[in-house]
Amino acid sequence: MALATPSGIENRSAWLRDNPLFQAWLVLMLAIVFGTCLAAVHVNLSGRIAENKLNESLERIPGLIWNEGEGGTSVDILSGRIAVKQKERTLYYPVFQVMDEGKPAGWVIKAAGQGYAGSIELLLGLNPAGDTIRGLFILEQSETPGLGNKITFPDWLNQFAGQETVEPLRVVKGGQTTPGAIDAITGATISSKGVVGIVNRAVSETKGHLTPGQIEFSERLQ
Amino acid sequence: MANLPTPFERFVQGILPENPVYRQFLGLCPTLAVTNGLKPALTMALAVGFVLLCANVIISLIRNLLKPHLRIVIFTLTIATFVTIVDRMLAAYMYQMSKTLGPYIPLIIVNCIIICRCEVCASRQSVTTAAADAVGQSLGFGLALVSIAFVREILGTGMLAGYQVLPDAWPDWVIMVLPPGAFLTFGLLMALVNWIGTVRSGKT
Repeated sequence: MALATPSGIENRSAWLRDNPLFQAWLVLMLAIVFGTCLAAVHVNLSGRIAENKLNESLERIPGLIWNEGEGGTSVDILSGRIAVKQKERTLYYPVFQVMDEGKPAGWVIKAAGQGYAGSIELLLGLNPAGDTIRGLFILEQSETPGLGNKITFPDWLNQFAGQETVEPLRVVKGGQTTPGAIDAITGATISSKGVVGIVNRAVSETKGHLTPGQIEFSERLQ
Repeated sequence: MANLPTPFERFVQGILPENPVYRQFLGLCPTLAVTNGLKPALTMALAVGFVLLCANVIISLIRNLLKPHLRIVIFTLTIATFVTIVDRMLAAYMYQMSKTLGPYIPLIIVNCIIICRCEVCASRQSVTTAAADAVGQSLGFGLALVSIAFVREILGTGMLAGYQVLPDAWPDWVIMVLPPGAFLTFGLLMALVNWIGTVRSGKT
């Protein structure tokens, strides 16, 4: 009954006024409204964004298998993923099998790892047997402009083409060009080691999995 | 609420007298980072313009409901929503541009120009004034970005928006498209704007 007295109602409305949750009603409401809007935007656009990303990879694939100027006559790209079982978890590598006139022409693996300033995502082109690198392309990186971002330059990436993957690649300094050695970019040794590390890990983890039987193909492209 | 500028005054002030970059020194991060070409600079100016207009209008609509100690939260929430929309739109329809601009699109959330206009104008004045203010400030920001990008791209690559405009003999001043070039160009243009201002005020 105490609540019915005028002072009780006053106390109650004062309590309501001072309640932080009540004061923030506008913030909460706006958060719900804006959240709904963003969800709608995401639902409408996420498919398109994923498609853009996939197309970017697809455009690069022929250049990772064939040298410039060469190329297949009727190229077919199969997209899928490899499940690599580790002790506690399963890793998935997106892979593309490149076919030319129905015959295997090579493999392209998408791999990611840590660079110097952030994560690096790359595409690695291999020959059909999976023991020689055909080409390398950096999809995403945030290395230091002017130093680490030279990992995207063809001059540097071309060192990888033709390297055998039986032994892990090594990073060297001073311009040696022995097989299995990748010359580090001056001033960006960590970025160079990052790329080589991603390549070595992708190669060793997918070893033995690069056969059509081991791949979960998702769809036929091109 | 006496003596607050009219919509027209707000609009005009944003372009030159209170230019966000050259006069208020706000939003300098994108000004320095994405002005190495005309196209990214224009895209950034449009993105900021869109976010500023939407945020100003919404804040102005709810200005009577704002609580002083919660206003900044609401400004940030509104700005972040529209920035995310722009970011997703760019990724969906202008994928390459979205990769070029990289983190600078999400960074619009902390762009001081927008939060400053919400505080100074939108949270106090009508929707019309807030919208005029947003358009004026966006034009001022766009003008600043384009002027810097114009100098940097033409001297750094001999091109404008990707088209060759200087003869091939032009030795590209690579430093102009690198970060130091941003500071050099910005400083010199700032000196020019100030010099023009001094000359004009001296004559009148």
